[in-house]
Amino acid sequence: MLRVAMRVNGAEVSGEIEARTLLVEFLRQHLGLTGTHVGCDTTQCGCCTVHVNDVGMKSCTLLAIGCDGADITTIEGLARPDGLHPMQAAFCDNHGLQCGFCTPGMIMSATDMVRRKGHDLDAATVRKELEGNICRCTGYHNIVKAVQAGAAAMKTA
Amino acid sequence: MRDFTYHRPKTLDDAAALLAVEDSRPMSGGMSLLPSMKLRLSDWAHIVDLAAVPNLSGVREEGGQIVVGARTTHVQVATSQLLHARLPALAELAEGIGDPLVRNRGTIGGSIANADPAADYPSAVLALRATIVTNLREISGDTFFNGLFETALEPCEIVTAVRFARARRAAYAKYRHPASRYAVVGAFVAQYDDEVRVAVTGASSHVFRIAEIEALLRDNFSVAAIESVAPTLPAMNADLFASADYRAHLVVEMVRRAVAAASSRNALAD
Repeated sequence: MLRVAMRVNGAEVSGEIEARTLLVEFLRQHLGLTGTHVGCDTTQCGCCTVHVNDVGMKSCTLLAIGCDGADITTIEGLARPDGLHPMQAAFCDNHGLQCGFCTPGMIMSATDMVRRKGHDLDAATVRKELEGNICRCTGYHNIVKAVQAGAAAMKTA
Repeated sequence: MRDFTYHRPKTLDDAAALLAVEDSRPMSGGMSLLPSMKLRLSDWAHIVDLAAVPNLSGVREEGGQIVVGARTTHVQVATSQLLHARLPALAELAEGIGDPLVRNRGTIGGSIANADPAADYPSAVLALRATIVTNLREISGDTFFNGLFETALEPCEIVTAVRFARARRAAYAKYRHPASRYAVVGAFVAQYDDEVRVAVTGASSHVFRIAEIEALLRDNFSVAAIESVAPTLPAMNADLFASADYRAHLVVEMVRRAVAAASSRNALAD
């Protein structure tokens, strides 16, 4: 067993894991942070997206031990004490979800998109940049609207 | 995924020493290695994570060549100002790899060392007269890819950088798999003063050039020059997404698209 320590949503955490333990397994099974979902387990659906040192990545394809010392943000770490993160609020306001399974990954991917592409996003850009996230309800139309609104709201937040 | 021993060396020499142990594999971004291990398509007793080895990433120009560090991520290549000015086709290729989250993590060195038959970068290595720099030596890109997931790398050898020769004009066109974004067929075309190179990935066991088309384009770099060409091709891959015949058709079509894109581009100044 290996000792791993990292910062997750601002808190110092540690645990005993196997080398093969994936980051998403460490988050869900060791830390109980089940907001990060496992959809495909093959790096395609994006449900497991988290931020590693502020960069969006698929946590089903990262070794937890490889993230030793890293700063991780999950969907649970996005909301502020005074309410939802602007991107979360935008998904509510625009009905950007149906079953909700892909939503944590969509939101983490969307906030990474804002980091890379800025706040003023046209629909074509959002669709292209969401290629790594799959909504099996196929509710993309409202997701795109939500991401655009959330990106704009993050500018003033 | 079966368990393994994890190593995180801090120097290239330490990494090479760890790889001397039997059944060891270096890992860069892990975007190909970890999925293959999860599927038990590959299985290693030791994983040597190169994340802590310094000085392996970044894009720079050196003696008229573009040098890309092995651990440079796809997003770094795709957004490199230097590449957009000096070798835009390479940045465009990187922009089409996987998806943004994969591009945030995956690296050029990992991609070429893995030598997936449907990976994008091998076509750039062949078309852009690349040299693969390792901890031991320099390998000509022309002799680097030997077969399905096979390269000229020795077991203790680690890719440290890839050097590309700037082309006058170049472009990459791919027919991508709609889910994985891997190349069903991808064609990289590069025009130099003394030759034209056409390299195709995704279509066969490993990347290959098409001498017949290169000769036609050397004399006349235009889509018209290859209008009726029916080149002799190596054995085509076939799977449930694309038959061998369809891939052969796509090869010529992707070459045409790449030539069209490259010839519409102004030749880059030295």
